[in-house]
Amino acid sequence: MNIVEKILARASGKSKVSPDDVVFANVDKVMMHDVSGPGVIKVFDKLQKQGISVDKLWDSTKVWVAEDHFVPSAEKVSAENIVKLSNFTKRYGIEKHFKYGMGQYGICHTISHEEAMVMPGDVYVGGDSHTNTTGALGAFACGLGHTDVAYVLLNGKIWFKVPETFYFKLNGKLPDHVMAKDFILKIIGDIGTDGGAYRTMQFGGSGIDEMSVQSRLTMCNMTTEAGAKNGIVEPDQKVFDYLTRRGATNLNLIKGDSDAEYEKIFEYEGSELEPVVAKPFSPENISVVREAPSVELDKCYIGSCTGAKYEDLEAAAKILKGRKVKIRTEILPAAISIYQRAMENGLLKIFLDAGVTVGPPTCGACCGAHMGVLAKDEICISTTNRNFPGRMGHIESQTYLSSPLVAAASAVTGKITDPRDLK
Amino acid sequence: MKGNIIKYAQDNIDTDVIIPGQYLKVHDYAELATHAMEGLDPDFHSKVKEGDFILSGKNFGCGSSREHAPIALSHSGIKAVLALSFARIFYRNAVDGAFLLPIEIDQDAYNAISEGDEIDIDIASNEIKNITKNQTYKMKPFSEIIGKIISAGGLFKYKPDQD
Repeated sequence: MNIVEKILARASGKSKVSPDDVVFANVDKVMMHDVSGPGVIKVFDKLQKQGISVDKLWDSTKVWVAEDHFVPSAEKVSAENIVKLSNFTKRYGIEKHFKYGMGQYGICHTISHEEAMVMPGDVYVGGDSHTNTTGALGAFACGLGHTDVAYVLLNGKIWFKVPETFYFKLNGKLPDHVMAKDFILKIIGDIGTDGGAYRTMQFGGSGIDEMSVQSRLTMCNMTTEAGAKNGIVEPDQKVFDYLTRRGATNLNLIKGDSDAEYEKIFEYEGSELEPVVAKPFSPENISVVREAPSVELDKCYIGSCTGAKYEDLEAAAKILKGRKVKIRTEILPAAISIYQRAMENGLLKIFLDAGVTVGPPTCGACCGAHMGVLAKDEICISTTNRNFPGRMGHIESQTYLSSPLVAAASAVTGKITDPRDLK
Repeated sequence: MKGNIIKYAQDNIDTDVIIPGQYLKVHDYAELATHAMEGLDPDFHSKVKEGDFILSGKNFGCGSSREHAPIALSHSGIKAVLALSFARIFYRNAVDGAFLLPIEIDQDAYNAISEGDEIDIDIASNEIKNITKNQTYKMKPFSEIIGKIISAGGLFKYKPDQD
């Protein structure tokens, strides 16, 4: 069995599972946030009216809650959603609730690894499509809707069809100017936004071994944009170190069997990869940066679970150091712990000196919620994950998706720019 | 189950157009319905009727896990979406929450069915009758688990232990 099959077999109490088997898997962790949480609460209300008991969760120690989409509260409806979340965690005794304005908080998928909420081998589900992110730690991590999250909260398990697995092998490390974001965009361009549908996308090979845990998180995060059920990387010493530094113990570095089967294997040579952008209006609409259209950009947005981890901010700082931005630029570190490191290591000074607005952790404009949404006809380069029509604001705005290196270089020139071409 | 078709002849209709991100904070189902498909078809809310079906291309509902998407369509009156294929979270949200039926059809059926056609869907026989055009098509049968959850009326009413 491959790693995903092994995790699902263990979680469903079976000795072996195969693709297309339907299993009810016991869940190790479940997450909800200020968008999915109130949705789950609504499901609970409905269940109560139908006479189904919602008095007790299956295990409140396995539940954690993030505040990220509309925080700091954008207006009164989102403020009320935060109150609902707080009442919910209080009522059910959920202790792990990361509240804005009270120390560590941030985008749920960033908190999931920054706070070591998810362990290798876990079945981890969350009320958000980018729950996939922590597959980079060797977990079966998968996004679900409100009804399914409510079901997990009450029953501790959920059904899955065991997915087929596509294996993406990266030979050799990425060149300095190419980031994990470029690689995953390239893959989505090759297989399309439904190319990974219903499947696991597993990443391996010497290039992935060389990659930092944070880069692998970027890879797994955007398996969602290929339509996949999730992404995964077999955990190694780097994952062990990453999680133990954050207080984790008793790690099980689970791996697939040597005779593991994959539906298809894709191979890429690291040295051949280049900086790319995804043009409007789809993450599969890929162009090499040096061949991208010469458009006048209005904005640069460096944020989100995809593109505002510490490593992403470091990449942006490398470009912005001693330079000025030519277009409106926002940088929103994805969690307070990252914000703090960026302050201690001088990154915030570099950003502010360059003219950037530095904002608090939030999903913000990535999903068109607040904190810099786009006006009609505005064109943005962004380190986020989607560029469907209206994603970041007005239906006639446009978003180009890129790595933090490309986004920062483009902020300096006001045009889509390969970091190698920056003077 | 009979209804009329609203056809969007394109692939990859994503959750950002089914219900734009700015409405994710809204959890009032009736209010969500007023914004359904707003990102693609601002006239949708005024033209949709109770019992209508949407017909679309491949990868319907791609993007986010927002259950707001099937909720907004269902509370607009949509009883089924017929598509060449579905994105996985939309599909399971539609079924597990018993909001609407996601029906997979083939290219021939997709080409043959037009805007406004009256359709009769029979999930027992996996047949779709086009009453307007007097044609019959096959739908892709639901997998066993999906069929059981649909007959139960959603995930919470489905009892896996009784299988």
